[in-house]
Amino acid sequence: MPADGLAIRLRGVVKRYGAITAVDGLDLDVPMGSCVGLLGPNGAGKSTTMRVLTAQSIPDAGEVSVLGHELPRRSKAARAAMGVVPQLDNLDTTLTVEQNLIVFSHLYRVPKPERAAAIERVLGIANLTDRREAKVDELSGGMRRRLLIGRALIHRPPLVLLDEPTVGLDPQVRQELWALIDLLRSEGTSILMSTHYIEEAARLCDTVTIMLAGKAVAVGSPSELVAEHAGREAIEVYGSPARLQETEAEMAREGFATRRTGTSIAVLRIDDAGGRAPAGERRPANLEDVFVLLTGEEID
Amino acid sequence: MATTAATQAKEPGRLDRAALSGVLVREIINFSSYWRSTTFSSTVEPTIYLLAFGFGFGSLVATVGGYDYVDFVGTGTVATAVLFSSIFPAMFGTFVKYKFQRTYDAILAAPVDTEELVTGEALWLAMRASVYGCTPLLVAMLFGLQPSWGMLTVPFINFVAGYGWACAGISIAGFLKGIENFNYVTSAVITPLFLLAGTFFPLAGLPDWVQTLAHLNPLYHCVQLVRHAVFGFDGWVDLWNWLFLLIFGLAMWRLAIYAMQRKLID
Repeated sequence: MPADGLAIRLRGVVKRYGAITAVDGLDLDVPMGSCVGLLGPNGAGKSTTMRVLTAQSIPDAGEVSVLGHELPRRSKAARAAMGVVPQLDNLDTTLTVEQNLIVFSHLYRVPKPERAAAIERVLGIANLTDRREAKVDELSGGMRRRLLIGRALIHRPPLVLLDEPTVGLDPQVRQELWALIDLLRSEGTSILMSTHYIEEAARLCDTVTIMLAGKAVAVGSPSELVAEHAGREAIEVYGSPARLQETEAEMAREGFATRRTGTSIAVLRIDDAGGRAPAGERRPANLEDVFVLLTGEEID
Repeated sequence: MATTAATQAKEPGRLDRAALSGVLVREIINFSSYWRSTTFSSTVEPTIYLLAFGFGFGSLVATVGGYDYVDFVGTGTVATAVLFSSIFPAMFGTFVKYKFQRTYDAILAAPVDTEELVTGEALWLAMRASVYGCTPLLVAMLFGLQPSWGMLTVPFINFVAGYGWACAGISIAGFLKGIENFNYVTSAVITPLFLLAGTFFPLAGLPDWVQTLAHLNPLYHCVQLVRHAVFGFDGWVDLWNWLFLLIFGLAMWRLAIYAMQRKLID
């Protein structure tokens, strides 16, 4: 275990691509055994941060340490000790489920006597024991993603990076994967997960770092972030598009933050509003409200 | 989670065996899913060249440079088979794995460096090319080529040449932006190399400047070496041929690593 108890430690990390600064002075801690979410809109620098952690991207400035190994100098030892689940499926599609795992048992240096058991274990975790002989081509999207996650666990890594683990999947499949990630978490694996699904971060993460334009704009547990930035409650005002527009303008004059949620306007930070609060449906504030307040992004 | 990996705290060295064998195992397992088509094209193509030239030209010319024409072409085609079965799979395979399958992202996230990735893949292609390159000799033997002890060195020649060509192919895939640009390389580089190597006709009849250029062609040195392996080595000349192939292989190896590092690590 690293002396500082951190599975991942980033200090002042900067990564530029020409005129674009993808990561701009990022600090990030992942304490051993915790699940940390990197939440941010597309282009916030989440994927670049993930690439920095595997030394596929070399930062222009800053310090990176993974499981006590300084990167990029000792990146190979760091990579040997972590599992990586990429955003884009890169399984060998003409191979079977089992063959994919055999390949990774070699790439991750699982000692020969332990290989067979490691593959069985992963087949079990990914719930693919019955499909071991199936070619990846023949698997459903959810199965492929389970295999992708399982593949990253072949060497029992103490740290796992998940880059948008449920992007593009059905809600039902997504929940299945959440259960899988939650299992890892309960076993004490340290996890860094990038996502732009707020519910995912809210459910799975001990702490969340909200990223915008390469910077961490807020750090804390989901409930802390909500309390600090969005307060206890929000009010949803429903009505015709014209009415919504009216409410929006009115609330702006009153100095309230609002956001559109498709069919309604959510009026935020109303805890101390007293009589100025509009009529509408009260609901607890959530991480989505925080995200919109901090990033100015609309949620689809 | 208890861990086996985290206890291996020390940083593995460069070109370490576990990384190379990981890359090789991946290639070998993948090969089991497509070996039929690859083996077919890698062996049938040179055989067709051999038969077409051997019989087509062979009916016009009995001997070339002191060799039976079929023997001349049979030995020359070995180098062609090595070239085709290493440079093309390297070009296309590398590009597809990089761009479409994103295999390299997965491999480089594991404890494997670009240097090991390139070396492992080139070693695998060189092994394949070494075996495929022997097909024309076997076919030529069916048509009367006499077996000789020197033939046993041919797989080694093939391996060294194949390693160089595989690395050249990886470099091409590394430097070019799109797969459609491969056509330029095939037409402007590979075809002239293929023709100006003394495979189907001796270089002696060509203008001096072409002959000089041909001496810079690794395929020419491979053709020479294979021919001499079969019919008798020629001292210093073949030492130079060997040296040329080794230098070519070494230079292409470093170039391929440079090209892929540029492409894969930002």
